Amino acid sequence: MVIQIWLLIGVVVGLLTIATAIGQVLKRQSDLNLNPAAVATFNTRLRAWWIICCLVALAFVVSPWITVVLFGFLSFWALREFITLTPTRPGDHRALFWVFFLFTPMQYFLVGMDSPQPGLGTYELYSIAIPVYGFLFIPARVAIAGDFKRFLERIAKIQCGLLVCVYFLSFAPAMLFLNLESAEDSAASPELLLFFFVVMVLFSDAMQFVWGRAYGKHVIAPSINATRTWEGMICGAVTTALVGMALYWATPFPSPWQAALMSLIISVMAFAGGMTMSAIKRDRGVKDYGTLVEGHSGLLDRIDSICFAAPVFYHVTRYFFTAS
Amino acid sequence: MPRFESNRRNIARIVFRPANRRDTIRSMITEFLLSKTARFLGGSSIRWVDCQPDTCQRVYFANHTSHLDVVLVWSALPHSVRKLTRPVAAKDYWTGGWIRRHLAKAYNALLIDRNEIKVHQSPIDLILREIGNTYSVIIFPEGGRRSGEGIGEFKSGLYYLSRKKPELELVPVHIDNMNRILPRGEFLPVPLLSCITFGPPIWLENGEPKIDFLNRAREAVRQLKEV
Repeated sequence: MVIQIWLLIGVVVGLLTIATAIGQVLKRQSDLNLNPAAVATFNTRLRAWWIICCLVALAFVVSPWITVVLFGFLSFWALREFITLTPTRPGDHRALFWVFFLFTPMQYFLVGMDSPQPGLGTYELYSIAIPVYGFLFIPARVAIAGDFKRFLERIAKIQCGLLVCVYFLSFAPAMLFLNLESAEDSAASPELLLFFFVVMVLFSDAMQFVWGRAYGKHVIAPSINATRTWEGMICGAVTTALVGMALYWATPFPSPWQAALMSLIISVMAFAGGMTMSAIKRDRGVKDYGTLVEGHSGLLDRIDSICFAAPVFYHVTRYFFTAS
Repeated sequence: MPRFESNRRNIARIVFRPANRRDTIRSMITEFLLSKTARFLGGSSIRWVDCQPDTCQRVYFANHTSHLDVVLVWSALPHSVRKLTRPVAAKDYWTGGWIRRHLAKAYNALLIDRNEIKVHQSPIDLILREIGNTYSVIIFPEGGRRSGEGIGEFKSGLYYLSRKKPELELVPVHIDNMNRILPRGEFLPVPLLSCITFGPPIWLENGEPKIDFLNRAREAVRQLKEV
């Protein structure tokens, strides 16, 4: 297992170094007719990926709790951004307080209490805590505050933020508590699974961006995101699947085909996440929040793909590749 | 008797000096903790639009939406400027209770008595005397916290301050989103992201009427929301 971890880390560091080098070269090229803003975006993304990879790698060395807590803080910050962009009314204040200071920590606490041993897990609890009990609490609390104006819209916004930023994202650290089928097999460490997942999401983002820039012609939804094209999406997904297949020795999936398929799922879901968050931002109108979160915009932009890919990847792994 | 008195003074000096130092340290710790907490809760990004942080004498005037405003504006300033900047606050509120008194001290607040305004002791004179030729002040010309959106009418203090000391730079400050973080009447904050914008300084024009000037100042704050 140790060898695989080092190999995977080596591959990731290698890829990131190559990408960083390309980014730096592109920054200095002026005759290639590239959009400097796009190159700058690429470089800031790379910087974020270095950080994310370092943080996830840290979890190997220390403890799963570190990872759970780190993702908890990511969720907290993402939720701040989400609710900041979303108009709320004074009547939502108390409900929002509990969303931030009760439901978010509770979700991560429950995830952290999970255990691979059968009968000791908290999966049943944390997988319904926010979708069911959060959704029971929020409308009731908002109703008690006594403001009925656009009631449904407001509770939907709060619930949506809580689901996307907290619930979905919490499935990433939850992977650390999976009881993988081939437990005797050397490559079946859940830490490695999480690392593989994060790396594939980031890689897929990069590939969709690069292919879209290089060969993108058919924009999927120009009014939502002008840079996402069918070519970028499909070529990105295929590249991700191929690389996932090549990396199958570092995954708990027994055959290259399964690793490829899982990578394909990751790539498609990451794409879906990016599109959805673009739509939300577009709906709010750039001008409204552009000034507001300028300077530290973008944690949500960085992790939108992880948010959407995590639950699907988690559940497919759980149902097909775990012992329980 | 004289001997006794001098003795007492000596004791007082010995006793009070460490107490003062302890107070200073306590103030420093309070200041540090509070500005960090406020920055975390306010999650604020700070922008200087056509204006740079400077230690020259200034009046920062801002819209007022929450209790955290003073702390936020104050902690948004760079340390060197912060040392020379004093928030103006109401004496009756900030001397009520140990915590508030303590906070006012940590922020080096300039407390103004709202209830006992005398002709020869107007708050403006008091402020001018207190700041001398070194300190800057933070004021909230709306007079009280606003419950909703928008900026209320400015009270005339800003005008008189500027008329009596025209060389003061008047820097508009806009605090965005704080009315959602800690609205009026709430005591539990929701940690959204706020934004503090410092705008280009304005001055009182020669012979400018009070109403015009106050409207111009209010407009200067309001338009920082859009930049």
